[in-house]
Amino acid sequence: MFSRDRWDEILEALNANKFRTLLTAFGVFWGITILVLLLALTNGLKNGVTSGFGNFATNSMFIWTQQTSKPYKGLPKGRRFNFKLDDVASLKNDFPQLKYVSPRNQLGGYSGANNVIRGTKTGAFQVNGDYPEFIKQQPMDILQGRFVSYSDINAKRKVCVIGTGVVKGMYDKDEEILGTYIKINGVNFMVIGTFKVSNSQGDKEEDANTIFVPFTTFGQAFNFADNVGWLAVTAHDETNITSLKPQIIESLKNRRKVHPEDDRAIGNFDLAEAFGRVNGLFSILSFVGYFVGALVLMSGIIGISNIMLIVVKERTKEIGVRRALGAAPWTIKSQILQESLILTILSGMVGISFAAAVIYGLNYALDMNGPVENFANPSVSMSVVFIALFILVVSGLLAGLIPANSATKMKPVDALRIE
Amino acid sequence: MGSNSLHVLKGINFNVKEGELVSIMGSSGSGKSTLLNVLGMLDEADKGSYTLDNVPIKNLNEKIAANYRNKFLGFIFQSFNLINYKSALDNVALPLYYQGVNRKERVEKAMYYLDKVGLAPWSHHLPNELSGGQKQRVAIARALASDPKVLLADEPTGALDTKTSHEVMDLIQGINDDGKTILIVTHELDIANMTKRIVNLKDGVIIDDNFVEQVRASQYV
Repeated sequence: MFSRDRWDEILEALNANKFRTLLTAFGVFWGITILVLLLALTNGLKNGVTSGFGNFATNSMFIWTQQTSKPYKGLPKGRRFNFKLDDVASLKNDFPQLKYVSPRNQLGGYSGANNVIRGTKTGAFQVNGDYPEFIKQQPMDILQGRFVSYSDINAKRKVCVIGTGVVKGMYDKDEEILGTYIKINGVNFMVIGTFKVSNSQGDKEEDANTIFVPFTTFGQAFNFADNVGWLAVTAHDETNITSLKPQIIESLKNRRKVHPEDDRAIGNFDLAEAFGRVNGLFSILSFVGYFVGALVLMSGIIGISNIMLIVVKERTKEIGVRRALGAAPWTIKSQILQESLILTILSGMVGISFAAAVIYGLNYALDMNGPVENFANPSVSMSVVFIALFILVVSGLLAGLIPANSATKMKPVDALRIE
Repeated sequence: MGSNSLHVLKGINFNVKEGELVSIMGSSGSGKSTLLNVLGMLDEADKGSYTLDNVPIKNLNEKIAANYRNKFLGFIFQSFNLINYKSALDNVALPLYYQGVNRKERVEKAMYYLDKVGLAPWSHHLPNELSGGQKQRVAIARALASDPKVLLADEPTGALDTKTSHEVMDLIQGINDDGKTILIVTHELDIANMTKRIVNLKDGVIIDDNFVEQVRASQYV
């Protein structure tokens, strides 16, 4: 069907009026460009916002204690209380659906007073007491050495893992880090590892300026005993943490002698819920992207159909001549169909390439200038591109169909009479 | 087409033998073009029969009609009807393309016929680079290209000046001398006199049909 002669015929016809061909092609080119760019930008926004969650396991929640607001079992309202280590054990016991229950404690914090000394250097850093599984809830790259282990926990070893910001503040360049000691609130800790939180937005600096020590060591060294500052709880993938939340809180209230209806005593932040909300937002956003993109594409297609109709009208006489010379109706029809098909596919390809170049440029600019808040890695999947191309082919055929039919509907004698 | 039908031809009965050069004359509205279109299968008669080379032409669908036109007929139009974005050579080769002749053979044949009408040096010119007479000669070459049984010419000299008209008629006479059957629609008597038989139409009927002494166009050229 696509012999060289066919190609010549088609290219000749398209070449006969270059400007019109170009304008027609532009409609489709523009439609597909907008569709791809729109989807890519939506994706970029989505990537940006979701990476704002860091890569903290999203099926997680944080629970902390506040003041009680109701008297209960002889205890007054306004009482302050703490979770204890045995709460962690009982949660793990009562809720097998939970993957990790990490008790956490913290000292210092962002822009606090200086609390770390090494030689002549001092610095203010955030000091966390953590269990080994915390690294699975908030993945970080261990650059040197290792993270806290259970033998550290059991032996209450005075060891610590420090962030890149701490390394920068407390060490000279190229200095050996592992095995050295830093003094945190007057207690010496041996550095056993350094880490970097790879994918965090916003609080990058805070993450870098963090020191992890074993939870048990933390309690003993800084007089926290077995008090727990807050809990980071992650459920197994098949269980949604949000659905488990009421039971967990009820169990904790029961253990800490808090009135069952006292909603203010225990605070929580549900990461899964927040993440779900954002995800929902983005599924709507990408739907809008598809919708608007498809509409723009459709107007391009209508443009092609329209112009093909005009082309056929203008060429009525030529078509009459061709039929007088012995062109069968189907030959004429298929030529017009192929003209419109080639026009759509070619301009669609150019549009996709152009959009790809723009996306590449955007990514390049993002890489050069560092991350932008709430926007990262705009991209579309290959399947979207192929779907768009498929739509183009189908619509190219459709766009040609009506004009092709009207081209052969006329009697040749009437076609020849038209000037 | 429209809801108002108009009876243009009202009983035409005539035969053309192989090798004849016939002119169909008549004032405008006499039905001469319609007759030619029916013969050319570009239009259909409501009633009557038409036999071309012993093939009854009836119940044509567009596909078969296209095939017959391609095999049996060559058209020459008043306004030449060349495809303006194709070179003279490609225009002549077009009927052969629809016959499915391969490219090489097509070019050879088209060149042969272009040479025959004296336009070989212009083979790669576009129609708008040619004069009226040259265009009509390209059209004649195109009509000849598929080696048809009959040439149908609708006012072939209608858009040409007298001198060029005579050149074209000279060419047509030459083709007829080679044995082609040719029908010419015209309203110019001097053109009609250059054929061998004149059929006069009036209001859709033949009023006379005479063989005439052919005037050679070459004497004017």
